[in-house]
This record gives sequence, C-alpha cells and structure tokens, in this order.
Amino acid sequence: MSDITIKESILAVITVNRDSVGGGGAPIFYAMDQDEQSKISLYLARILNGMVHDLGNGVYIIVKH
Amino acid sequence: MGFSEYVLPILLGIFAGTVARLYMLRIDYRQYPSYPHGYTIHLTMGFIAAALGAVAIPALLETDFVAVTFLGLAAQQFRDIRNIERQSLKEMEATELVPRGEAYIEGIARVFEARNYLAMLIGLLTSAAVQFSPWSAVNLKVLSGGIIGVIAALILNQGMRGLRVGDICTVRAVEIRFDGPLLCVDDVVLMNVGLKEAQKTFLCHGLGAILKPIDDNARETLGNIGQRQAILHDVASLLGTRLDVGEKDFTPIARRDLKTGRIAMVIVPIEPDIEALIETINRVPLLETSRRKPLSSKAGRAAAD
Repeated sequence: MSDITIKESILAVITVNRDSVGGGGAPIFYAMDQDEQSKISLYLARILNGMVHDLGNGVYIIVKH
Repeated sequence: MGFSEYVLPILLGIFAGTVARLYMLRIDYRQYPSYPHGYTIHLTMGFIAAALGAVAIPALLETDFVAVTFLGLAAQQFRDIRNIERQSLKEMEATELVPRGEAYIEGIARVFEARNYLAMLIGLLTSAAVQFSPWSAVNLKVLSGGIIGVIAALILNQGMRGLRVGDICTVRAVEIRFDGPLLCVDDVVLMNVGLKEAQKTFLCHGLGAILKPIDDNARETLGNIGQRQAILHDVASLLGTRLDVGEKDFTPIARRDLKTGRIAMVIVPIEPDIEALIETINRVPLLETSRRKPLSSKAGRAAAD
C-alpha cells in the first residue's frame, strides 16, 4: 500500500507573534518566546518529517518537501 | 564441415565475451553496488550474450541463415534487462536517503542493456578472428582470437565510457553563508533554514560548491534536474550525509544561478573533506538522457554570442 502524505504545503505554523497569523488551514502553535518557538518547531519538524522555514516576522512554518 | 571445426571459435568467443562482461562489471561497482547476486545475474546474461555472438559466424558458414534471427530474439531478451534494472532501482528509490532520480536510473538501466550487446559483439568478433585466422596452428588461432577480443573490449569500453561532470564544468569550493534564514552559496540562494541550530550545523559542517559550466551545452546539461540529482546522490553516498527519516534539515541541495546557469550546491557530509567533494562531483557520470547541445544548432549558436 502506498503512503499518502501532504507535500509542499504548510503543515503547521509556530509563532511568537499572535497578530501576524490567523485563519487558514494549518494548525497554529503559539510560543512564549524564541527558545520555545525553536523547540516546538524542531519537535514538529521531526514528527511531521518536514523542514522548518523562517518567514522573518517571528513566524516559523513546517513544510514537507 | 564438421562440428569439431567450430568448437574452438565458439568456445573462445564465449570466453572472451563473458570475461569482457566481467571486466565491465568490475569498473562500475560504484554505480550499482549489489555484489554477489547482481554479479551472478549479469554474468549469466553476459555468458548467454557472448554465446549468441560466438555461434553467429559458424552458423553463417554452415549456411544456416535462420540462426541469425536468434540475434533478434536475444535483443528482445536484453531489452528486458533494462526493464528489470529500471524496475528494481525504482522500487529501491523510496529506501534511499538521497534518491538517484529517474534520469540516473534510466542511465544505469541503459548501460546494463548495452553491455550485453557489447558482450555479444565481442563474442562475435573473437569467434570470427579465430575462424578466419590465416594460420592453421591452434595456438596461433587462439592468439589471434585473444588479440582481437582484447582490442575490441578495450575500444568498446573506452567508447562507452562517456563524459563526466568534471569534463563540462569547473568545480570550486565556496563558503556557505546565511542571509537571515536564507542559505546562500556565493550569491545563489538555496533554501530557507528556519532553526538556528540547523544554521549552525550548516556553517560548521556544511560544504558548498559552485559548478561553473564551460559552455552553453554544459550550462543546459547541468540545468537538467536529473543530472543534478545524480550528482547529489553520488556525493551523498560517497561522503555520507547527515540525514535520516524525520531529519530532513540537511538534505543536500543543488540550485541554479538563474543569471548564468551556474549550479550552487550544498551538502552536510559526515566526512567533511572538500577535496573529496570536488573529486566526487568531477567523477559523476554525465547522463546520456540529460545532455543538451544547443551549440549544435544554428539558433543556439546565434543565441550564445
């Protein structure tokens, strides 16, 4: 049986800035500070088999390529 | 004309073809490392190919022209070899940390098919040399067959060797740097790396290289995604790569400089040896199917200047 995965799509959003995200399909994780943001991102990336990308405005996204 | 007269040319033809196939297997262990069973399969097919080639001349001399149709049958069989190789490599693709890519697989499959034809041809040439040898002494006949066989094997092998990436571009090592989260090699942006830890690993252990094509043909050939994937696969399998299931941060990557067609690549190897990296890139085979030759056309030449 072939596995089905979602690729090239935002799987999760991790942010320290509540104002810069909203709506959308992907789950949003709010972090207290940058350290926590990095940690959550790392965990999620490992779990989802994806990569962490930095959008530069305090928002990280997880995408599987 | 009796059977015994043909024993020598046929046996020598088979022997030469099979040995040639073995020789060709030996030189490409790197492309396809599956030693004992892979060897058995290909040696057996090589033996059959050589036998078919070796009996062709005696069959013709016996005016058994129908026997030549067997060569056609053989071609059909060997085409299946390509299918088998392609299929099995494709199935393995999901288990590779850095996949070979379709183009590389196609290239390898083609090589395996072609080498059976080479074994057949060498078998044919050797048996012909023995059969038509001007000398009647057995040892001189064997000698002429041997000489023709070796020469044919060397020439064909050399002719089939093909170009390598190092022949169409110059490779040099380049420092990796980060522009914010953007991983850059020279002035080419490769990807967005979010985690600070991952960025540190890239800076400490990553190796960057720029492949500068020597002409327009080279530029378009290197632009082919399959060719780039082949380079990444070879580099990763020879230098090791810091990758695993669920750890995709350090996936080796090669991107094009859109202005000049240069290729920028980065890898985080387990053995960070820049000399070995450059050597490996230089020795990656140039895939037949990826080669482009815009300079061979009038329009391509006009566009080049």
